[in-house]
This record gives sequence, C-alpha cells and structure tokens, in this order.
Amino acid sequence: MSCRAPEFGWVEAATDSLADSDYLRLFKQISFNRHFEFAVAGHCDRKEIRIPIYLSVGQEHIPAVIASVTKDLKIFAQHRAHSYYLSFGGDPRKLVDELRNLTSGCAGGMGGSASIHCPESGMFGHSGLMGDQVPIAVGYALVSKNATMAVVGDGSGEEDYVLGAMGFAATKKVPVLFVCEDNDLSILTKTSARRSWGLAEVARSFGMGSVDIADDPLLIAHHVKQAMDNLPFYINIRTCRQLWHAGTGRDGLPEWNRFEMIKAHLAAKGYGDHVTALEQEAISEVEALWV
Amino acid sequence: MGLTVADVIRETTRAHLLAGRGKLFGQCVTAVGWIGGTVPELTEQEGIIELSMADVSGAGIAVGAALVPGQRPIYVIRYQGFMWYNAAPILNYAAKSKEMWGVPCPLAVRSIAMEGAIGPVASGCHHFMPLHMPGIKVAAPMTPKEWASVWQDYLDGDDPIYISEHRRSFPLQEEMPDVIQDSASVSLVGISASRLEMVKAAEILSAEGIVCNLLHLLWLKPLELSETICRAVAKCRLGLVIDSDYEFCGASESIALRLMHATGRPIHALGLEDRSAGFAPHFDNPTPTAERIVAKVKSVLNSTAA
Repeated sequence: MSCRAPEFGWVEAATDSLADSDYLRLFKQISFNRHFEFAVAGHCDRKEIRIPIYLSVGQEHIPAVIASVTKDLKIFAQHRAHSYYLSFGGDPRKLVDELRNLTSGCAGGMGGSASIHCPESGMFGHSGLMGDQVPIAVGYALVSKNATMAVVGDGSGEEDYVLGAMGFAATKKVPVLFVCEDNDLSILTKTSARRSWGLAEVARSFGMGSVDIADDPLLIAHHVKQAMDNLPFYINIRTCRQLWHAGTGRDGLPEWNRFEMIKAHLAAKGYGDHVTALEQEAISEVEALWV
Repeated sequence: MGLTVADVIRETTRAHLLAGRGKLFGQCVTAVGWIGGTVPELTEQEGIIELSMADVSGAGIAVGAALVPGQRPIYVIRYQGFMWYNAAPILNYAAKSKEMWGVPCPLAVRSIAMEGAIGPVASGCHHFMPLHMPGIKVAAPMTPKEWASVWQDYLDGDDPIYISEHRRSFPLQEEMPDVIQDSASVSLVGISASRLEMVKAAEILSAEGIVCNLLHLLWLKPLELSETICRAVAKCRLGLVIDSDYEFCGASESIALRLMHATGRPIHALGLEDRSAGFAPHFDNPTPTAERIVAKVKSVLNSTAA
C-alpha cells in the first residue's frame, strides 16, 4: 500500500482505541478546530485579517486526538498551530484577538498566527525558525523531565538541527513525543523532490521507537497511548493539508478528506444525527467568537 | 595568590551546578584541559551535559533548558566563531522569548575567543552578532571581579546573556581600573583583550609625551556611557575605541559613534582588520597590538594637528 493512502499503517488493535463517547467528544473538538479555521479564512478573504495566516484545515484532528489521550504534555509546535492551541485548552477568544492584532491576544499581538503560545496549557511559542522547536523541546524535557511534545512538518523535519536533537533525545532517553504532520508538501514541493529517506526510519536508526501511519484518529490514539510509556518516540502521520501553506488558497481536492471520513465512520456506528448536531454546535460556538 | 579569571569561572560554576540551579551544556567540555580550567571536573549527574557535535541543536537544547522555571543554565561555545552555527536558537528564541511571549529564557552563553595562528573561524571575538539582536545582554569581562559581577547580573535578572570571554583573560588575577588624568589628551576605550594592548600602548605613548586616559568597557549591551567616561573623553582631543572583534560595523565603530555624539569629540575605532585570518603568522588578524594602537593615535593626532 502506498504511504499516501488513508488506511496506511492500519492495525486491528487500533479499532477500539477510542470509546464511542470519547470519540464523539473528540469529534466536537475536531469540528470546532475545523470551523475555527474556516472562520479565520473567511475573515482573511474579506481582508479583515491582514497578517500571514497558517491554517490547519485537513490536519485539524491530529492535535485534537493527541490531546484527548494525553495529559500534562508540554507543547512545542510551530507555525501551523491554531488547532494545537485550541485542542489543548487555549482560550479561543484570545486566539481571535491575537489574529486581530489586539493586545488582549494570546501573545499580546506579537505572535500573529505563526507564533502563538498558551502558558496556561503548557504550550510554548514558536520563533518562526522552522524546526527550532525540536531541540528546544528536547532541552526542556531533559531538564524538567516533563513529557513534552515536539511537532514538525515533513519539511521542517528535514532541518539538520531537528535530526541532531532527535539523536540526542534517543541517546539520553529524553521524554519527548516527536510528531510529524506529514502532508507531503513543503509549501508546494513534494517530499519526493527533496529527499529519498523517511523520518520514521531515521528515528528508528537513532534507537527510538517510531511508526509511520495515516491520520486515522483511532490509529493515532492507539500509537500515542503506547508511545507515552516509551518516550522518546517518533510518530509520522500522513495527512492532507487542504489549503495553501499560508493563506486560504486551494489546489483542488485533497488526496483524502479525513473529516468526512470521521463523520462517515461515526454515522456508520449509528451516531449520524449526533454528529450533525455536534458539528452545528461547534459552528455556532465559533461564530459567537467573531461577533 | 589571588584567584584567576579561570578559577572564578570554574568555582562559580561548580557551586552553581552542585546547588542544582542549572546545568552546563557544551561540546567536549570534559576533554583535555576542561576549557582552560574554567569547567569544574563534575559528572553528568552533577550537571555537566556533553552535547553531540551538532552545534545548532546543541544550542537549542540549552535554550530549552533555560525555559524551565528556576533554571539558569550555562552554554559553553569553545570558539566564538562557532556562533555562526549556534546563534540561531540563542538569538532567535532565547533573546526574543520574553519580548514575544513574556516568558523569560535566561541562558548564560560563555563564548570564548582565542587568537594566534588558529585560522579564519576560531580567531577573535564575535560579539557583534548578539549585539545586533534585541533581548540579550552582552558583556566582555577580563578580570576576576568583572566576571563575577556579570555572573551576578545573570542570576539577578532573567535575560539571556552573552559573555564574550577571551582566553587571554583566563590567567589574569589583577583588576583593571580606569585611569583618568587631567593632563590626558587621548582617551583609549578598550573592549575585551584589546584592553591589555591598550595599557601597553598608553605606556609607549606616555614615554613620548602623549598622556592617555584608560577606560575599560565591561558591558557592551546595555551600553552605559557613564558621566565619568563622557567627562573624561570630552576633555581630550581624541577618543579611540578598541576591540578584539571586527572594526567595520562592529562594537568599536558603533560605540565610537555613540561616544562621539555624547561628547562632541572626534572618536575613532580600531578593531580587527576587514580580512580573514589565516593560519600562518603573517596572515593572522589579532587584537590590535600596542604598536597598532600607538600608530593609530599618532596618525589621527597628526592629521588633526595639520
């Protein structure tokens, strides 16, 4: 099976990794994240937001899943981090204010879209230097001994200092969960044009556990749960960025639409109406933020 | 016998690490010499973290350690020229963290200059790099008390700090107080190892009837040109800021400009020449020597006299 397939890496043991009630709660957060991003996109298109924005549409469920199966994680994400902020308990109003350049924003207007943070939930800011969050996360985890998550994309994961930090974490057994949101794109350049090697294999060669999987919430939940007892660990998650690297543009349909697949999965379990109601609830909550 | 600069650094570090207030990170710090005797012979469990040779990630790891509340880590860069690798996380994250997010990231960067037949990267100071970035303090201590005062400032505050050290300071025991004389016609303002050459130059010039004030700059950022310094310089025909870093767009030129504005006197700059240092002695590009300082002073005095 191609690694660019929605079932990539599927294991039967993942089937029951989320109880239905947990999955439904998770779906609400995923919906909230997604419609938050659509709202940002709308404001951007109407020129009501004029700073560069980095939207997570298509990938919005990944942080929601991780947040749902972990606790007390310190978080070092990078520029595409609205959904991390929201999933781990950041105040959505403060994120709205941040995107509106207000001093009441989560970073006082300094962070914009790319450099947000949330001290209340243990989320550190990102400088804008792609991948520098990884060694910083490793240093933080080394000294604090807190379980810590470092998030990269398939592009920033190529930074030499990311690899150096992963190697150090493996050597010193530093408790870091490395997560790669692998959308196969660095801006618009495909991974195959940039490298012939895989980050999961590199992580394994460093001596840490790793998996390479598609972005099915059940699969992510299954592996994250296991990884938390076995840090450092690297998870490569094949996913689809539905909008451009920055801004709101689109280039056709995504390879797969995980959000619709999640809804179909829950509908097949008899939760169709519930899911519709939860999504509508999320839409209403998001709309209320922008009044 | 008093303590040398190296003794003070080593023993201060030892007490800091053993008290659990921070770890020391660096490459090959426990190797031969323990970096000129400035690193205490402690273990990883006691706080010395040997990093891999991946410079950028190593600096990032030290920056991450500085984000842990209550910690005051130390990051050792064996040659200041290695800042070309290490600068990225230090200047883009540690220096910006408090201003961007209100999250202090206090990291003491011990960046060590060396000179003399060691080529284009390892030669000289490179404190112009952190000077250019907001959010990080820069000091160039050369004496035991100066190093201790910079360290205390680090502990008292919550900012990252770039300690521009010079190997020539490590064996020094004596302090270097300012010397201000009513009869001075020249004020020499020294930074880093140039201060040693500045003192020698003043002796040569004095023998030729040119009396010099000797003004020692410890803090480069924040730069505080005290009233004492400004008054002393204002009484002279000429000021000269001397540095062990490159002159062009470096600390010497930048501080000379500020001092000129503050005093209304002509202030010149003298630093490393605008060329790469080679390994052969005749290709070296060292701290301005006493002879070079003397020549510069005479040249400027002669040109202004004419």
